[in-house]
Amino acid sequence: MSILGTRVIRTEDPRLLTSGGVYVDDLREPELAGAVRATFVRSPVAHALITGIDASAALEQPGVVAVLTVADMTDLPEPPPVEPPADDAPPAEGPVPLGPPWSEPLLAVDRVRFVGEPVALVLTDSTYQGEDAAELVSVDYEQLPAVASIDAALAGESLLYPDAGTNVCTQGLGECTDDSIFAGCEVIVEGDVVNQRVACLPMEGRSTAAAFVNGKLTVWTSTQNAQISRLILTAIGLPPEAIRVVAPDVGGGFGAKIGVDRESIIIAWAAKHVGRPVRWVETRSENLLAMTQGRAQRHHIKIGGSRDGHIKAYRLDVIQDTGAYARMSGFLPMLTNLMAPGVYDIPAVQAGYKVVLTNATPIAAYRGAGRPEAAATIERAVDWFASEAGVDPAVVRKLNFIQPEQFPFVTKTGAPYDTGDYEAALDKVLVAADYEGLREQQQRRRDAGDTRQLGIGLASYVEITAADAGAGETAKVEVHDNGTATVYTGSSAHGQGHHTAFAMIVTAELGIPMDKIEVIHGDTDLIPDGIGTYASRSLQLGGSAVQKAAIEVKDEAARKAADLFEAAESDVELDSETGMWHIKGDPDKSLTWSQVASAADEGLIVANVRFTADRPTFPFGTHLSLVEVDTETGKVTLLRHVTADDAGPVLNPILLDGQRHGGIAQGAAQALCEEILYDVDGNPLTSTLADYAAITAAELPSFELLRSETPTPLNPMGVKGIGEAGTIGATPAVHNAVIDAVSYLGVRHIDMPMTPERVWTAIQQAKVSAQ
Amino acid sequence: MKVELTVNGKDITADVEDRTLLVHFLRDTADLTATNIGCDTTSCGACTVLLDGESIKSCTVLAAQADGRSVTTLEGLASDTGEMHPVQRAFHTEHGLQCGYCTPGMVMAIVSMLKENPSPTEAEVREGLEGNICRCTGYHNIVQAALTAAAAIGAQEAAQ
Amino acid sequence: MIPPSFTYVRASSVDEALGLAAEHGEDAKYLAGGHSLLPMMKLRLAFPEVLIDLGRITELSYVRDQDDHVTIGAMTRHHDVATSALLTSEVPLLAHTAGEVGDPQIRHRGTIGGSVAHGDAASDLPATLLALDALFVIRGASGTRAVPAAAFFKGIFETAIEPGELLIEIQVPKPAVPSAWSFQKFTKRKIDWAIVGVAVQGSSVALINMGLTPLRASAVEAALASGASIADASALAAEGASPGTDIHASRAYREHLARVLVRRALEEAAARS
Repeated sequence: MSILGTRVIRTEDPRLLTSGGVYVDDLREPELAGAVRATFVRSPVAHALITGIDASAALEQPGVVAVLTVADMTDLPEPPPVEPPADDAPPAEGPVPLGPPWSEPLLAVDRVRFVGEPVALVLTDSTYQGEDAAELVSVDYEQLPAVASIDAALAGESLLYPDAGTNVCTQGLGECTDDSIFAGCEVIVEGDVVNQRVACLPMEGRSTAAAFVNGKLTVWTSTQNAQISRLILTAIGLPPEAIRVVAPDVGGGFGAKIGVDRESIIIAWAAKHVGRPVRWVETRSENLLAMTQGRAQRHHIKIGGSRDGHIKAYRLDVIQDTGAYARMSGFLPMLTNLMAPGVYDIPAVQAGYKVVLTNATPIAAYRGAGRPEAAATIERAVDWFASEAGVDPAVVRKLNFIQPEQFPFVTKTGAPYDTGDYEAALDKVLVAADYEGLREQQQRRRDAGDTRQLGIGLASYVEITAADAGAGETAKVEVHDNGTATVYTGSSAHGQGHHTAFAMIVTAELGIPMDKIEVIHGDTDLIPDGIGTYASRSLQLGGSAVQKAAIEVKDEAARKAADLFEAAESDVELDSETGMWHIKGDPDKSLTWSQVASAADEGLIVANVRFTADRPTFPFGTHLSLVEVDTETGKVTLLRHVTADDAGPVLNPILLDGQRHGGIAQGAAQALCEEILYDVDGNPLTSTLADYAAITAAELPSFELLRSETPTPLNPMGVKGIGEAGTIGATPAVHNAVIDAVSYLGVRHIDMPMTPERVWTAIQQAKVSAQ
Repeated sequence: MKVELTVNGKDITADVEDRTLLVHFLRDTADLTATNIGCDTTSCGACTVLLDGESIKSCTVLAAQADGRSVTTLEGLASDTGEMHPVQRAFHTEHGLQCGYCTPGMVMAIVSMLKENPSPTEAEVREGLEGNICRCTGYHNIVQAALTAAAAIGAQEAAQ
Repeated sequence: MIPPSFTYVRASSVDEALGLAAEHGEDAKYLAGGHSLLPMMKLRLAFPEVLIDLGRITELSYVRDQDDHVTIGAMTRHHDVATSALLTSEVPLLAHTAGEVGDPQIRHRGTIGGSVAHGDAASDLPATLLALDALFVIRGASGTRAVPAAAFFKGIFETAIEPGELLIEIQVPKPAVPSAWSFQKFTKRKIDWAIVGVAVQGSSVALINMGLTPLRASAVEAALASGASIADASALAAEGASPGTDIHASRAYREHLARVLVRRALEEAAARS
C-alpha cells in the first residue's frame, strides 16, 4: 500500500517542539558574530515633504555605529530605465511594481507617503540602544493633505505623485457601463460590497540579517522565495553569483513575505556599506504599520436574473486601494476580475477595475491574493439575489452551477477551469450539516421571537492555484551510497510541511524510508534555481518536480541494477514498498539502494529537473457557517463550520486539513473582527495587537471537514493547491450566515467586519425602513 | 544590576540593564532562543514561559522581577532522558503546529493550564488560550492537542 | 518594544516601599504585577526613572475572612483572587470578575491592587469593587486611611492615592445574599477590554467603560429602590454616564448596551438568588 494518502505526522516537528525553530533572530552563524542591530526611523505622518533630518543627538548615544539616510545611498547603481507605457498600451498587469512616476524608493527621498514609511536607519551594538537612538533622530516634515480613503483618492484634490496628475495608477475598465445585459431581468440587485483592508499578521514579522565578506553578500531573511529574493537584492549593485540568500525557519508568510521588500534591501545594502554584519527584526507595531497588507477593495455589483433563481447577468466593478505604493500594479484586481463569476455559468459577465493610491500601508498579496475578494462578492451577490427572488440560496446555487459535463470550462472572464463538481461538494456539506434541520431550527427560533437567532451561510467557491504554472518548480533528488536520499526543492515551506510531503513522494516512488530522506530548501548556494512558495503551487509544481526527479533517479538506478544483476533492464524492478531491487520473478536475488548507488559514478544517483504545467488548476468547495446572532446587541457567535474543500487527491490528510483549518480561521476573522483602520488624516488606528482584533481560539469552533477529491489532468498526481482555499470559502460563508440570521428582520446586507455594532445598526436601520 | 535565575534547572547569573525584559534575558543571556517575541503589547503569548511553574508572558516581566526564581522554557520541558512531555508529544501527533513560531508559547501555556485544570472541556481550553495567537493552524489541532495531552497525563497519573 | 532606561529598586516591606518612594519622589513609580505599567513603558508612553518593585512584599498577598467582610492584600494576584475558596463562597462576584481579567498568563502576574490603583474605567475590577462598596486602605508617610470606592476613582487613571502613598489592602463587605450577583462583560473577542460592562450585587449596579471612571448606575438603583421593575429600571442605565466613541463602539451603541446589559445582569442576579 502506498504511503501517499495516509496520515503521516511531520518530520519537521521533533526539532520545532524540543529546541524550537531557528528564525532569523535566533541565528548564531559565525558570519553574524558582532552584527549590529538595525532600527528604522519611520514617518509618524501620512503625507509630507521631508525638509530636514538631524541625526546629531542620536549619534552621541552609546553604541551607535551609524545613522543612514538616502544621502548615504550614493553607492547604489541607477535602477534600469523603464519606458513609460504608451497611451494605448494595456494596463501593466503583473505582480511587479509599476515604473515611474509611481516608483518606490528604498529609504524615503524627499517625501513620505504613509505612516511607517522608513526614513532613516540606525545601527547600534545592541537592540536596546537602537530604540533609544532612533527616538533622537529628528526629522522635519512639512505636512501635505492626506488621501485617506478611496473616495479621496478618486477626488484627486491631493496627489501622492504630483507628476502623474492622478491617484489612479492603472485600470482595466471592462464594459461596466453597458446595462443592456440586464435587460429582461425580473430581479436585479445593485449595491456596494466592501472587502476591507486586513493585516497579514504572520507571527514572525519581517526579519533580515546580512553579512558582506570578501565580495560575497549573504542574506538570511524570512522569505517565501530565496531565489527570487536573490534577484531582487541585485538592486544593491551585486550580480546574483555574489549573493547567497538563506531562508531559515520562517514564522509564517501568507503572501506578505514573497521575495523581499525595501527594508530588507536596505539592510543588505547597509551591511555592504558599513562593512559589518547587520541584523534587523521588526517589532509588531512596525509590522502592523509597514508590512504589506491585504484586500482593501471596494466593489460595485449588479446581479440580475429571473424570479425562479436563474442568474442572467453579473457586473463586478473593483476599486483596489493599493496604499502608498503600487507594488503589485493591477495584478490583484485583475485576478479578482478573472474569478468574478465563481462557480456559476452566468451568460453575461462584466468585470473591470481601477487601482488608486492612498496614504496608507502598501497592499500586496495576502492568502488568496485577489481571489477571496472575487468569491466573497459573488457569494454575497448570489445570497442577496436569492433573498430578493425569494428562493433558497442552496437552490439558487444549484440552478446556476457549472455542471460536471461542462469541464474543461472557460468562463466569460477567460478563466480556464480544469475540473470541478460543485454540486457534489455543496450536497456533501448540506447533508453533513443537516441543512434542512438547521432551517427548521432557525424557523422555530424566529416563530418564538428568540433574542438569539440562528444564521446559516453558504459559500461555494472556486479558486485559481499555480497561476504561474509555466514557471514551474525545480527539484533535485540524490540517492547516496549509504542508501539515504536528499531532496533539494525550489519550494520554500514556512509551515506547510513540505519536508514531510516531499519525503512521502520519494518514499512512494523509491521505497526509501522517510527517516532516511532529508529535504532541503531555501539556500541559493545549494539550490540556485527555484521559484518558491505562494499561490498554492508547491504540491502541484514542487511536488510534481520531486516526483519527476525521483522517477528519473529510479530509471537511472534501474540501469545500474541491471548491470549489477547482469540482466536486461526490462527484467529489473523496484519493490517500492521495501526499497529493494529484484529480477522480476526472482525475489531471492535482490539489491539494496546502497548497493545500486555505490555502483554509480561517485556513489551518487542524481536527477535535477524542472516541472512545468500547461495551465493553473482550480480547486473548489463549499463552506457552511452556522452562527448565532444576539439581536439585542448584534454579537455574533460562530457555532459550526462545515466544509468540503476539493484540491484533488489527498497526499497527506494531516497536512491538508491543517491548511484548511488555518485558512478557515483567517477567512472567518475577516468576516467577523479584523480590520485595519485609518483616521481622516491617514493616522493608523489599529497599529498594535491591542487594537487589531486578530481572531483567537476563543472565538472559533472546531471545524467539520469533509473529503472531496476531484483530480486534475494537469500533473501526474492530479493535485491542485489547498493553501488558500479555506480562506476563500470561509469569509463569504460567515458573512452570509450573519446576514441570514437577521434577514427576517429586513436586513439585506452588512459590510465586513461584522462587529456587534455593525450588526446591531443594520437591525435598527431595517426596523426603521420597515415602518 | 546582577540577576540570578534558575532556568530549566540551571543557575544563570548575569549583569544586565535594569530594564532587561525576561524574554531577552532568556534569549540573549541564557541563549535559549525557542521562546519567541510576537508583539509589543502583551497580546500574542508567543513569549509564554513558566515562572515558578505558572505561565507568564516573559515580555512583560523584568528579568529583575524573576531574580531568585525558577523559569522553565520549551527547551526544559522534555525529561532528562529526552522523552517529550505529553503536551509536546500531543502537538506532534495532532499536528498542532505549522510554522512553529507561536508553538513554544502555546505549549507552555497549555502545560500550565493542565496543571490548574487537568480535565478541561473544549470550551475551557479555548478560553484558556485567549492570550495566545496562532496564525497558521486555526487552533483546531492545538485544542485537540491540549485535550489529548490532558487524557495522556491523566492516564499516566492513574498508572502511578 | 523596549522601555527607556530606569533604575530598579526592590522593597521587601511596606515601610521600605514608602521610604523608597519618599526618597525618589515623582521620578518613581511602584511596580506591582507590572501588567498595566510595563506595557505602557514598552510603548514609551510612560517613563518613570525609578521602579520600586513590590513583588517580594509577601505580607501584602492574602485573602482573609474578617466575619462581616473579607480583606485582600493589594499584591494578591488575580489568579489567587479568582480561585480563592473564601471569595468563591462569600463574594462570588469578585472571584468571578478576577477570573475575567485579561488572560491566564496576565492573571498569574497582575494584582488586584495594581489594577485598582491604575484607575482605568475600562478595567473589570474597579467597577466590581464599586458595586461591592469596597473600602481601599492606603498607607502613606503620615499614616493609614481608608477610602470608600465611591470616593476612590476620581478621573481617567486618577485615584485618591496621593504621590508616595501605597494601596495596601482592599476590604470587601460580605454581601447579604452572595449569590445575587452578575457580571456582564461585553466584548468583541474574549480577550478584549469591555466595550461596556456591568457588575451587579443585589441591587447595586456598577458600569465599566461608561465614563472617565467606573460608575454606579444610580438612576437604576434609585428606580429599583422605589419599586420599579427590572425592565423599567434598566432603561435608565445610561443616565449620568458619558461613554466615549472610539474604534470599538460609538457612544450611542454603548448607551444601548448599558441598558441591555444592566437588564440582563439584574435578571441573572435575581435568578441566582
